Amino acid sequence: MFVFILKRIAFMFITMVVVSVLLFLLLEISPGSVATKVLGPYSSEEQRNLWLEQHGYFEPIYVRYLSWLGNFVTGEFSESIRFKVPVSEVLWPRLGNTAILGIAVFAVMIPLSLVLGILAGMREGSKLDRTISVTSIVTTSVPEFASAVFLSALFVFWLKWLPGTSGMAEGFNLKELVLPVMVLVLYDFGYVARMTRASMAEVMTMPYIRTAVLKGLPYNKVILKHALRNALITPFTVIMLQINWLLSGVIVVEFFFAYKGFGALLLEASLNQDIFLIEACAMVAVFVAVATQTIADIGYTYLNPRIRFS
Amino acid sequence: MTARGDTPILEIEDLNISYYTRAGEIPAVIDFTLTVDRSETVGLVGESGCGKSTVAWAIMQFMGNNGAIKSGSIKFIGHELNDLSDEALRQLRGSEISMIYQEPFAALNPSLTIASQLMEVPITHEQVSKKEAWERCAQMLSDVHLPDPQRIMHAYPHQLSGGQQQRVVISMALLSNPSLLLLDEPTTALDVTVEAGIVKLIADISKKFGTSQIYISHNLGLISEVCERVYVMYSGEVVEQGSINSVFTRPKHPYTQGLFGCIPLPPTDKNAAPLRPIKGQLPLPHKRPRGCNFGPRCDHFEAGRCDARNVTMVPVAGSDVVDHRVRCLRWNEIDGRGPPAQAKAKPPIELGERVLEVKHMQKYYEVHDRTIAAFISGQSIRFVKANEALDFDARRGETVAIVGESGCGKSTFAKVLMGLECSSAGELRHEGLEIGNTLVNRRSSQQQNALQMVFQNPNDTLNPSHTVGAQIARVIEKFGIEKDKNKIRERVLNLLDDVKLPRDFYFCRPRQLSGGQKQRVGIARAFAGNPSLVIADEPVSSLDVSVAAAVTELLMEIQREHQTTLLFISHDLSVVRYLADRIVVMYLGQIMERGTTEEIFAPPYHPYTEALLSAVPIADPDIEKREIVLEGDLPSALDPPMGCPFVTRCPRKLGEICEQERPLMQSLSREHAIACHIPIEELQHIEPVISVSPASERLRAK
Repeated sequence: MFVFILKRIAFMFITMVVVSVLLFLLLEISPGSVATKVLGPYSSEEQRNLWLEQHGYFEPIYVRYLSWLGNFVTGEFSESIRFKVPVSEVLWPRLGNTAILGIAVFAVMIPLSLVLGILAGMREGSKLDRTISVTSIVTTSVPEFASAVFLSALFVFWLKWLPGTSGMAEGFNLKELVLPVMVLVLYDFGYVARMTRASMAEVMTMPYIRTAVLKGLPYNKVILKHALRNALITPFTVIMLQINWLLSGVIVVEFFFAYKGFGALLLEASLNQDIFLIEACAMVAVFVAVATQTIADIGYTYLNPRIRFS
Repeated sequence: MTARGDTPILEIEDLNISYYTRAGEIPAVIDFTLTVDRSETVGLVGESGCGKSTVAWAIMQFMGNNGAIKSGSIKFIGHELNDLSDEALRQLRGSEISMIYQEPFAALNPSLTIASQLMEVPITHEQVSKKEAWERCAQMLSDVHLPDPQRIMHAYPHQLSGGQQQRVVISMALLSNPSLLLLDEPTTALDVTVEAGIVKLIADISKKFGTSQIYISHNLGLISEVCERVYVMYSGEVVEQGSINSVFTRPKHPYTQGLFGCIPLPPTDKNAAPLRPIKGQLPLPHKRPRGCNFGPRCDHFEAGRCDARNVTMVPVAGSDVVDHRVRCLRWNEIDGRGPPAQAKAKPPIELGERVLEVKHMQKYYEVHDRTIAAFISGQSIRFVKANEALDFDARRGETVAIVGESGCGKSTFAKVLMGLECSSAGELRHEGLEIGNTLVNRRSSQQQNALQMVFQNPNDTLNPSHTVGAQIARVIEKFGIEKDKNKIRERVLNLLDDVKLPRDFYFCRPRQLSGGQKQRVGIARAFAGNPSLVIADEPVSSLDVSVAAAVTELLMEIQREHQTTLLFISHDLSVVRYLADRIVVMYLGQIMERGTTEEIFAPPYHPYTEALLSAVPIADPDIEKREIVLEGDLPSALDPPMGCPFVTRCPRKLGEICEQERPLMQSLSREHAIACHIPIEELQHIEPVISVSPASERLRAK
């Protein structure tokens, strides 16, 4: 087990290094274009060369890569072109905001989708199952931009219950968080619920569930003790993958509600060719992706004794 | 619910069960009547699809979504089960009526420890404390002869062997001391020697507690050894019932008689007295014929009488045994006349030159141990000795059987022979050419063609998206036997004739075929290029009794026609005795004994052969068998004993020499050799395991 975790973590670092090399080659390989992005298209040749000289761009490529990587590891991301402040000053608060949004979405979505999925999968083909399945397909197939418009029309303009933007201009406001969370939950719960349902329905046909029933156990015990543990293995992996999506897949929602999160930052950085910000965002996104995968792998092993003790 | 006086434990009357599918209502069990008395063991026997498991589910009232009990009554000690509330039923299940399942591995929850799965039985039904539950479960585990119960309590199912898992399932069923035990093929998934131990355990324990049992099995031999009365089922109906002695020595129903003609009992022999397969196939449940269900397959069928109306059960008059009943109109007329179409004796095949030579062949697998402990001790690579010094040969037209339980290395040998793996050392020659180190893709197409295989599971070996004809034709084309399209087609059709399949099957896809038909296609495919050596790896073990008989006969017939050498891999000694000329007995990768069939089946035996012979159930009450039950499980191939591989389970162990030194082959005749430390003279004095009593009626009939 210990060796397994070490291996996974080592693998995670290797992935990060490979991605960083790719990123470096992609964005920093030609110093001329970097200088153009930083100094603008109207800078003179002389200015650019001066800037490049100052920032060590005439060193050999591996020296440049290593110092670039070193800066990354120590958290010194140089300066954002767009915001004119060090990248870390914009990056961390934005990441924090997205984390708040993500945690709120998870807090609603995970219990909701697991309960619905289990209820549906428990009795495959029942009325309850069909209702839940159809609902989750419908909600999943409505894209965020459509449901965001619809929910805004309903709660902001018609009922006037909720604010239409979530800029958090006067500090943190729970009311402003409601609509983005609602849109994201509505879009995502159906997917997780359907995964859970499929897994649960499969477990319910297993001979060991039959054994449990014919042992004379009460039905709730059959479900809670015998079915759930096995049925939750698949949804767990799926849920871990959703963290990824919540980080960079929520651009539309963040932009729509003017929520100052990571997704919106990424969009702004790309639109403005803010090269150092893009690099920082990309590395954060890769780190989260790889880390959640690693946690998913380790958690999967923990949930499944057949892998744990083999 | 306590038992009173002489009320039978279970009374089933006129039970009708149907499944409701898209195709409409399908009757699964029709007019089923059965009684089980206190501490009686009743057998339910029949082929797959006859409805025997459905009866068990009905007793448990566990019919699934699409099954329903249409009419009839099931009374458990006088209480009607069909009317019980869910709660009353729950209290009954697992405490008064328990069940033991076919596949112990699937029946146990993979993510819960054995302790938590066992303890919930007394905790649910008797509300005992956790501590008491633990003690009772540990006690029960030691009652079912599991070593080290405390360790097993903490284990997960996958950490136990198949035999141990089944013992856990048995202890789970017995924890609440039930009045009735349902056993649904409890040993089908286990090895023969392990099976023998489980069967004995169930018998001992139920005798001790006075438990009544219903034993469901397709294995006539097993039923005859463990039950007192038997119900033979065919296509949803009981066709014959009575005491084991009466039904097994004087079967009245043509189907029961047919079944006995299909199993290789000791007097049958592939040349002198071949098997007599039942013609035709089991009718589909919604296409049952009018009148007698067995009519279309029966040799005694009389049009206008057997297909006029439904046949009812009638008592067999004049029989000295009470309660022998049969569902046949003509039982009186056909009785005693014996089977009409007695299969003809055939001359033995003449053996030709040596086709296969195996000399000191070895196959080791490397296993990489990646734990830290192994890394530190430097033992990160270990060897699984799958085959150790194999020595034997096979001649043209000969049938050589390799016998052994799972893990004995018989399948590894087949893999090396087929070229899927390379041997580690030694020689393997086929028609004089060394093939042990030549993988199949490096062999010439002639060589590939000359060595073909019939696989165990016909369902998995045919490509579901190609037609039967195309799959056979591809073999012929690939090996360059024929080039011309029409000629290839002609050849495929001839092959279909050879394996007795209708020519229309050329355009069928595998899903349209039954298991037996698929296996026939598998045989046609293997014999398509007229190979010199065919390996048959348990070719009939997944098939029903009557289908297996037909496929076995077919295989023998084609072999005879083509003078093919057949390497028959099996765990079933009765089939092997029937069809093999020579036998190689393997245990943990090594040959324990080899010789001609007569030599293997008569003393002197290797102690392992002796135990194997005793373990195979025989469906004949007239045959007497010495009981030898092996203790424990097969040792892991990763960590085999230093001396004789069989030493851990051997009932005739001499002492230290067996543990320390590997026994040498002691030759008795040109063919016969035994690897054992016990001197031959001593082995010669062992009594035969199987003896047929001279008064056997069936023997005289033959």
